Amino acid sequence: MSDLHDVLILGSGPAGLTAAIYAARASLDPLVIEGEPSSTGDQPGGQLMLTTDVENFPGFPDGIMGPELMMQFRKQAERFGAILKTEKATRVDLTEQPFRVWIGDPEAAEPTYRAKTIIVSTGATALMLDQPNEQRLLGHGVSTCATCDGFFFRDHDIAVVGGGDSALEEATFLTKFAKTVTIIHRRDELRGSKIMQDRAFANPKIKFLWDTEVTDVLGDQSVESLALRNNKTDETSELAVTGLFVAIGHRPNTDLFQGQLAMKDNGYLITEAPSTRTNVPGVFACGDVQDDTYRQAISAAGSGCSAAIDAERWLEANE
Amino acid sequence: MSENIIDLTDATFDETVSGTAEPLVVDFWAEWCGPCKMIAPILDEIAEEQGDSIKISKVNVDENPSIAQQYGIMSIPTILVFRDGELDKRIVGAKGKAQLLEEFGL
Repeated sequence: MSDLHDVLILGSGPAGLTAAIYAARASLDPLVIEGEPSSTGDQPGGQLMLTTDVENFPGFPDGIMGPELMMQFRKQAERFGAILKTEKATRVDLTEQPFRVWIGDPEAAEPTYRAKTIIVSTGATALMLDQPNEQRLLGHGVSTCATCDGFFFRDHDIAVVGGGDSALEEATFLTKFAKTVTIIHRRDELRGSKIMQDRAFANPKIKFLWDTEVTDVLGDQSVESLALRNNKTDETSELAVTGLFVAIGHRPNTDLFQGQLAMKDNGYLITEAPSTRTNVPGVFACGDVQDDTYRQAISAAGSGCSAAIDAERWLEANE
Repeated sequence: MSENIIDLTDATFDETVSGTAEPLVVDFWAEWCGPCKMIAPILDEIAEEQGDSIKISKVNVDENPSIAQQYGIMSIPTILVFRDGELDKRIVGAKGKAQLLEEFGL
């Protein structure tokens, strides 16, 4: 028979690890399935693993590196006895108590873990353009991680696709290395915050292409140019760049819960405000997986705290 | 870092590639790369568990830019696998342990 846990946490970004800290301090011995390494936001530590300076997390007046911040979260969770497993769940069964979670073969007769409560904090993953040659050139000019790969584009002309805060942050960061950074945006105005917009507009290395969409990524061995289309005039053009960074938004990592947890049309989990309760009693959701509004590390951490407290109270009421 | 892992530099790279009988794994990484940090303990484990069946090494791209450039590294982590001194495989992006073992043919 597989282990039975009071609290099992899926995901280890700011939400999952804050939930782990609170649950561990409440002596609930949380088990954290932290995910498996990848070069997207769907990995241990979450999306902050792909960032550099985090300037808006309270308590760090001089800023802190994203990966460093997540290492600190992790240490703090471990200090209070949270158990972290570098594994990824392949199947969950939330139809009856105790809930069941599989790692590895999803068809296995016995689950890997059983739990009385589950906290879902699987976060979100950056969207890609979904163009034919984008996958082929991944790692050869197409990048999912500006902080990892910016270094390789010293004095290159490169492009960032998107118009939100992530796109502006990436573009601004990449100007440390690149000769020019062209921001390609499908609208004629930015969605990003005022401070990031001001920074981007003031940066002499950043150029903008408005009302423009990338229709293909061109290059034999590595990226050589992008095929573009102006969505107002339908005019097509080519932009010579050696690097492409995509920051066009996110999708929640909720495939695992299809048909089991209530979600919005866009895939984000539905929680019963002002709590973190999902439609299944004993299953709670926190962080970006249920937040298509704020999507900040600090709001994720806050909801992670709420989820741990909700789980603790649920256990007390149902023991 | 496991004692079984070698730190390669621009100066020692070629010699190690040609002089290693076992399959040689080279992990290109840097301090500022989050996903690189996540695979480091996995490579440690593999190095400890696999003993002599495979040799695992690392190249810090910040300190050794010319090797990274020679192999067209444009993204980290990138892992190259050499067999008999020849480049056999290129693995781009961080992966879990099971996937890495499979990629290494273990």
